[in-house]
Amino acid sequence: MDWLNAGVQGVLLGGQYALLACGLSLIFGVMRIVNLAHGVLAVLAAYLSLVLVQRGLPLWLAVVVVVPVFAALGYAMQRGLFNPALAQVGGSDRSTSRSASRSASRSAGELAPLLVSFGVAVALTNLLQEVFSADTRKIPTGGLASAGVPLGELSVGVLPLITLAVAVAVIALVQLFLARTATGRAMRAVADDAGAAAMMGVDPKHMYAVATALAFATLALAGVFVGMSTQFSPGYGELVLLFAFEAVIIGGLGSLWGTLAGGVVLGLAQTIGAQIDPQSGVLAGHLVFLAVLVVRPGGLMPRSVPA
Amino acid sequence: MTGPTPPATPPTTAPTVTRGGRGSWAGGGAMLLVVVLLAAVVPYAVTLGALSSLVMLFALVILGTTWNLLAGYGGMVSVGQQAYVGVGGYALIQLADAVGAPPWAAVLAAGLVGAAIALPTSYLVFRLAGGYFAIGTWVVAEVFRLVTMQIDGLGGGAGLSLSAFRGTDPVERVAFVYWFALALMVAVVLGTCLLMRSRVGLGLTAIRDDRVAASSLGVAVDRGRRLVYVAGSAGAALAGALIALSTLGVTPGSIYSVNWTAAMIFIVVVGGIGTIEGPIVGAVLYWVLQQALAPLGTWYLVVLGAVAVAVVLLAPRGLWGLAPARFELFPLTHHVRRPAVGATAPPVTGR
Amino acid sequence: MSVLEVAGLEVRYGDLTAVDGVALSLAEGETLAVLGANGAGKSTLLAALAGTHLPASGQVLLDGEPVTRLPAHRRVRRGIALVPEGRRIFGSLSVEENLLMGRFPKRDGPWDLRAVYDMFPLVAEMKDRRGGVLSGGQQQAVAIGRALLANPRVLLLDEVSLGLAPTVVAQLYDAVRRITAEGTTALVVEQDLDQALSVADRVQCLLGGRTVLEAPAAGLDRDTVADAYFGITRSPRPDPTEA
Repeated sequence: MDWLNAGVQGVLLGGQYALLACGLSLIFGVMRIVNLAHGVLAVLAAYLSLVLVQRGLPLWLAVVVVVPVFAALGYAMQRGLFNPALAQVGGSDRSTSRSASRSASRSAGELAPLLVSFGVAVALTNLLQEVFSADTRKIPTGGLASAGVPLGELSVGVLPLITLAVAVAVIALVQLFLARTATGRAMRAVADDAGAAAMMGVDPKHMYAVATALAFATLALAGVFVGMSTQFSPGYGELVLLFAFEAVIIGGLGSLWGTLAGGVVLGLAQTIGAQIDPQSGVLAGHLVFLAVLVVRPGGLMPRSVPA
Repeated sequence: MTGPTPPATPPTTAPTVTRGGRGSWAGGGAMLLVVVLLAAVVPYAVTLGALSSLVMLFALVILGTTWNLLAGYGGMVSVGQQAYVGVGGYALIQLADAVGAPPWAAVLAAGLVGAAIALPTSYLVFRLAGGYFAIGTWVVAEVFRLVTMQIDGLGGGAGLSLSAFRGTDPVERVAFVYWFALALMVAVVLGTCLLMRSRVGLGLTAIRDDRVAASSLGVAVDRGRRLVYVAGSAGAALAGALIALSTLGVTPGSIYSVNWTAAMIFIVVVGGIGTIEGPIVGAVLYWVLQQALAPLGTWYLVVLGAVAVAVVLLAPRGLWGLAPARFELFPLTHHVRRPAVGATAPPVTGR
Repeated sequence: MSVLEVAGLEVRYGDLTAVDGVALSLAEGETLAVLGANGAGKSTLLAALAGTHLPASGQVLLDGEPVTRLPAHRRVRRGIALVPEGRRIFGSLSVEENLLMGRFPKRDGPWDLRAVYDMFPLVAEMKDRRGGVLSGGQQQAVAIGRALLANPRVLLLDEVSLGLAPTVVAQLYDAVRRITAEGTTALVVEQDLDQALSVADRVQCLLGGRTVLEAPAAGLDRDTVADAYFGITRSPRPDPTEA
């Protein structure tokens, strides 16, 4: 019975991880950037919501405020930090579709976006530490976090259920956006060949920033859910990043639904691992990730990523 | 006979290729002087605490130099080198205490342990590329940390302390560690320089600049990258061992902390990536800032992160990049000197 | 007034001057072929016209308005559409989605999806296939269709024949002829002399970044063009024996 419980918890946990991973996957898919600050940004969203709730805002209103704020933050960060960093990758000529490596031998060059995101991660983590201290917090949910729905002999948490539902909805919406709207199409075009997209009237710098804004919006939403269900601290951002990344890799690059599957596998690994040894949940997740890397590096639902 | 005659071609002498030059000799001399001063003069002029602090500086130079090997020369950004800092630290204590090796041998052996663990790990992490490679190395570091904490013999969550120096006079201990650290740092820097000057190093530079082109020229790309990863990790392990030796113990939280990577990145990026001199400059700067900003607590990490971002965006060649382009302390670049054109030409005969 | 007017254009890549003081002028409905060997500066000229590589000096005027320093994504909205060298269609998008990218700048005109499918019936048959699996010739047709959907004032075609079999090239140039017959103003960069001459009203030949020949296409003999292409001047040599 405990095993069944662990299984259910694991699947639901997967929803949270998939929601977290959504933004990471989107940014990588569109501009091949891995944002190492992804985790701490989710934690920032949690802190922001916490502050708003403590000031008296109802939780749903805090979410409504935080998500667009983060979208704007994402747009600004892309234009202010990541676009200039991208400009250093292969010189200023990103208008070729070949990945011409014109790395300046003595400059940070193509490592720039990664290094910038890491610098942001370090600065932000320690800034949060200064402002909020290293104590763990949780966003008060007025009982939502402990409410349960009976399922046979089990009690399934309401919050995790909602999280999973939200994750599925967000992924579906993002897929729909990419597949059916003109902007989504333009985003996919930019991902394939930024220079050719520019020839068709798409401003790559703007489109990258829109993608990041969208990613940050999902990230903020995910962060709030994390904040409601977990005791978090600034350092938790590191774990969030690792979990999101593991969900993406286990699921397979290039597929958002794969990320959902990856999240579920990771969640299961962690909860079942914790059943075996309460201290080893996270480690179990890492080990399953490494195993997938060895056995099936393409992930569960690999898609041939266009070069 | 009349008719046009082809113009006579003047004999050309081949261009000369040199490495180094007067600047390098001068720079090398200056560095030698600094090392001699550090070895012979400084220990008698400063406190024991300052000497221990300098040992940290030497460890930082080693960390920066080896991370630069990975990123600047290998093109691989690893955010998980703290894995090997931890391996080195724990290995040192086990080798010195449990096995009973003399400290200097334990440090060197810890480096070998790092290399031995890095080799199979490379097969794992090389399945990822670019940014995902970076996070992958971070996962590996976390696994190392968590596994270490699971092993009772390694002290679990509380860590280990070094007992090899029990009963030694603190002055003797600090002095020994200091001189050993200085020697190790010099060896690592010189070793890296020699590696990059060698044929292997040339191949590595080619791999970094264009993997496909390098491969088509016969450079063994995978072997080269693996070599860089293993060497860089061994270096991180040496540094970790040194740190454990100097601080007389390790805890998993500190020795496996991602802050080591933050330091390495700052050192290399701000100092000057892809050069031998850069990490040295960066390490000195980081060390100075760490002392100066210590009263600010974790604010100094905020400053460091922000400065690193600013340097990447605004001055990507780092501090050493501000030096005149031809100036090098370590003679690595080839300089081509062309002879004057048309030096001697026989008179054109016609008619 | 000419649709496209270029004066004193100089385009550099670092120290290398690829286009060195080129001028040209395109009237409404005209087709100009720009010829030249590799490295003559043809593609660089197009890049400067399309805005993917900005010139160091000189002027580009579209319908009298300067567009010289406009970035590429703004230029297509003004009416300059480029069919780039190497096709560069979007591999992960379907054929129809590729074409729809031409609608992104939202310019109205005679070209819509139906018109493009009529022009290229084979493309219509493949409209749901992913761009990445198409053959070179099919991709070229899609690239042309995509540019047409932007209803450009000037259509720039860069090396349509590159890497394609002669029969495929012939079919594509059939389509180009039909397109220009409908009144589209076009600038065609081409290495295939015959095809270029068959579709152009006027010809301009570049060598070393400079114009070495400007002539109407009709009645132009191949030898004249070939000489200009390779930079052969057939003026008599001075006799070295003359004192």
